[in-house]
Amino acid sequence: MRGEVVPIADPAAAAANGIGMVHQHFSLIGPMPVWKNVTLGDRGRVDRDRSVAEVERISELYGLEVDPHARVADLTIGQRQRVEIVKCLRREPEVVILDEPTSVLTIAESKALFDILRELIQRTGRGVVLISHRLDEALEAADEITVLRDGRVVSTVEAAAATPNLLARQMLGREVSLAGRRAPPPAAGDPSGAELSGARPGGAGPGDSEPRRAGPSGGQLNGPPPALELRAVGYVAPGGHRLLDGLGLSVSAGEILGVAGVEGNGQAALVDMLSNLIRPDEGRVLVGGQAVEPGRGRSLLDAGVGVIPADRHDSGCVLEMTVAENLVLNRIGAVMRNGVIDRPLLHGVARQLVTEFGIATSSLSAPLASLSGGNQQRVVLAREVSSRPSVLVAAEPTHGLDVGAMEYLWGRLRAAAAEGAAVLLVSSDLDEILALADRIAVIYRGRIVGQMPGADVDLEYLGLLMGGRAT
Amino acid sequence: MTPDPVGSASGSGDLGSGAGSASASGDPAAGASAAVAADAALVPARPPRPPLSGYALFAGLLAASILGAVSIAAVMLSATGSAPATVFRTMIEGSLGSRVALVATLNHMGPILAVALGAVIAVRSGLLNIGQEGQIAIGAMAAAAVGLAVDVPRPIALPLILAVAGAAGGLWAGVAAGLRFGRGVSEVISTLLLNFVAFQVVSFAVNRAWLLQETLPEGSVLSASPQSDPLPVAGRLPTLVSGVGFRLHSGILVALAAAVVVAFLLARTRWGFNLRMVGLNQRTAKRAGISPTAVGAGALAASGAFAGLAGGILLTGTAFRVNDGFSSNYGWEGLLVALIANSKAALAVPAAFLYGALRAGGGVLASTGVSPRIVGVVQALILLAVALPSLYMQHRRRRALAERTAVART
Repeated sequence: MRGEVVPIADPAAAAANGIGMVHQHFSLIGPMPVWKNVTLGDRGRVDRDRSVAEVERISELYGLEVDPHARVADLTIGQRQRVEIVKCLRREPEVVILDEPTSVLTIAESKALFDILRELIQRTGRGVVLISHRLDEALEAADEITVLRDGRVVSTVEAAAATPNLLARQMLGREVSLAGRRAPPPAAGDPSGAELSGARPGGAGPGDSEPRRAGPSGGQLNGPPPALELRAVGYVAPGGHRLLDGLGLSVSAGEILGVAGVEGNGQAALVDMLSNLIRPDEGRVLVGGQAVEPGRGRSLLDAGVGVIPADRHDSGCVLEMTVAENLVLNRIGAVMRNGVIDRPLLHGVARQLVTEFGIATSSLSAPLASLSGGNQQRVVLAREVSSRPSVLVAAEPTHGLDVGAMEYLWGRLRAAAAEGAAVLLVSSDLDEILALADRIAVIYRGRIVGQMPGADVDLEYLGLLMGGRAT
Repeated sequence: MTPDPVGSASGSGDLGSGAGSASASGDPAAGASAAVAADAALVPARPPRPPLSGYALFAGLLAASILGAVSIAAVMLSATGSAPATVFRTMIEGSLGSRVALVATLNHMGPILAVALGAVIAVRSGLLNIGQEGQIAIGAMAAAAVGLAVDVPRPIALPLILAVAGAAGGLWAGVAAGLRFGRGVSEVISTLLLNFVAFQVVSFAVNRAWLLQETLPEGSVLSASPQSDPLPVAGRLPTLVSGVGFRLHSGILVALAAAVVVAFLLARTRWGFNLRMVGLNQRTAKRAGISPTAVGAGALAASGAFAGLAGGILLTGTAFRVNDGFSSNYGWEGLLVALIANSKAALAVPAAFLYGALRAGGGVLASTGVSPRIVGVVQALILLAVALPSLYMQHRRRRALAERTAVART
């Protein structure tokens, strides 16, 4: 800072050094009025009148229009963000950092925010760092753009000199040799894979992995219905934030559809919905042409939708239950006899899966928590794949796994597709998508904004889509 | 995670390692690697971890804390003018030292165990029912109403009375379940507050001639503590053993049978499986097509039903009449038993025995002239001495699990 090396051990030290931060996820207390939220963390006596006056002064100075007496819970998301900005500015920072500030805002609110930021820079000479994955935003609001990739600075350019295409290229970066990345296709010969192996005989040459369907609206007239189809699915989170917005996609049997996108664009809601955890507010979900009702009973399970969740501890397994129990969590009925769980039967099923999927465990009765992360993931995989799902949703399936485990998982996903499952791969790891997907759909702000075949990916175009630029 | 030889073996070999595709691909290496995986699968990839619970540690802690509690109690007793040795001897003899004492212990143990089983069910489903006192009272009141109204032989009357007691306790807890899942009211608050409502309901009933108030011969004066008429003999639990000054009724058998049933239900039925899943990880349960609402509401009602059953046992075994203050702490003691037993039905049996013994011993001690307050303090100290090591072990196990989970997440 100011040409000196300043040790910053914690957020308090950063604040003391004049760094103000507006986080993507607000740290506001809903039932409290704005002025109290703004003064949170202050030391000494709480002076209500002075705080209110301060909020009014700052709010007027930058045209923020914040009512100090309003209850935060009653404010819109855009207004809450302004409260955060007031809170930040009141501490007179030299540099203001905004992390994905527009991810929760409407277009109009975003415009208003950028006006405020301009005002801030012109009036006070403060520096503003805007963290964003939206290309338009960066080009419009910034003077200078720095591209980060995998924790490294790739380049810094004048905004005036930058083009969306240049940024998109730099964001995704590398020269990708797709032919090398794509593994051999699944084995030919099984009935459901016939269509697939006919389309891609023997190898993975470029161009021969044409998607069997062009998109949700395209496709054959007389063919079977897609294994999974989402039609204009919408979902608004309890806080009022729209997470899914007219999302439509379809996956055919035997196909791997990769959903690419920057994290936080609705992927979690999409997977939660297919995991039976949330109920969409709009649209329809069809499995094999039949409508299902996510969030109600066993509707999705009975339709044959298997899910490998992004965080297995969240909705994939029960750590305190045994390995054997975790292997049959969602079909306990299969190991029951006369209304009672049949231990030998349970352990027989479990032993077979442990063997088939190479799960390293000391005992079938050991709690799942005693397994390593990779083996826990295998338990989830074994359970979901062994029920022969018609649709297999895999969310960040290899996140945190080592290379060996990752390859194993990829192999299993390819095998599942070869056996006729429609695989929906939701991943923020572009390498994973490029390695596995027959077709790629890009998710942006809760909707699918574009699709392309998995071979011969135009990375620039993909980057533009992920940055919300092309449609 | 650590590198996993099994994973690499099958991963780098056949990508479509399902048996069908492996053979169809005609790749011999594929089959071979599958076989390697099969052989290696049950061999632990690392040395097995040490067991989670240290029985030696537990025994040591237990001995130390009992010694500590006895010392503190001895100091307090000396200070208040009692002879500690005499007091302890009285407590042990009064709970275990004779047939009379043992019978008293077992008679107390039955209802405590029944309450504890209900608490176990609630805790395993992730809920905390602390309204057992009220559920006991309501169960007993309903049981008394039915027992006094019907005139049928014992083989019909007794099961009917106990069933009504359980149903009434379940319905009472069902109010809390409705509030919890209908309106989001914490069940901890609602079950607790429903206790006071239950006491008032029972009090109302035994103070109204047209409800359960005792019918007295013309001209006699109502007793200061209002109560109901006694149950007819057909509505009383049969005697197992009796003699001068004691009667062991079969309530203990009912409670022990209930313990077996609960342990079986939790371990071996779909209901128990779903209930445990909901209690441990609601999102995983929901994902598996289970409704946490239905399971939770059922568990809370079942929990109340066991407390109601405890009320039924108390009524038909020893009290025969329902009155104000009927529950007399059996509810709280059963709840503590469940916590000490780490929410395991089987462990609740010895824990309930201990509580029964303390109750019996304390009763005898109080009858020797020691101040009831001092009796209470001595009982509490012994309870703490047993509870603390067991709670510490539970805490230790949870911490170990959490650490492992943290490792597994990386």
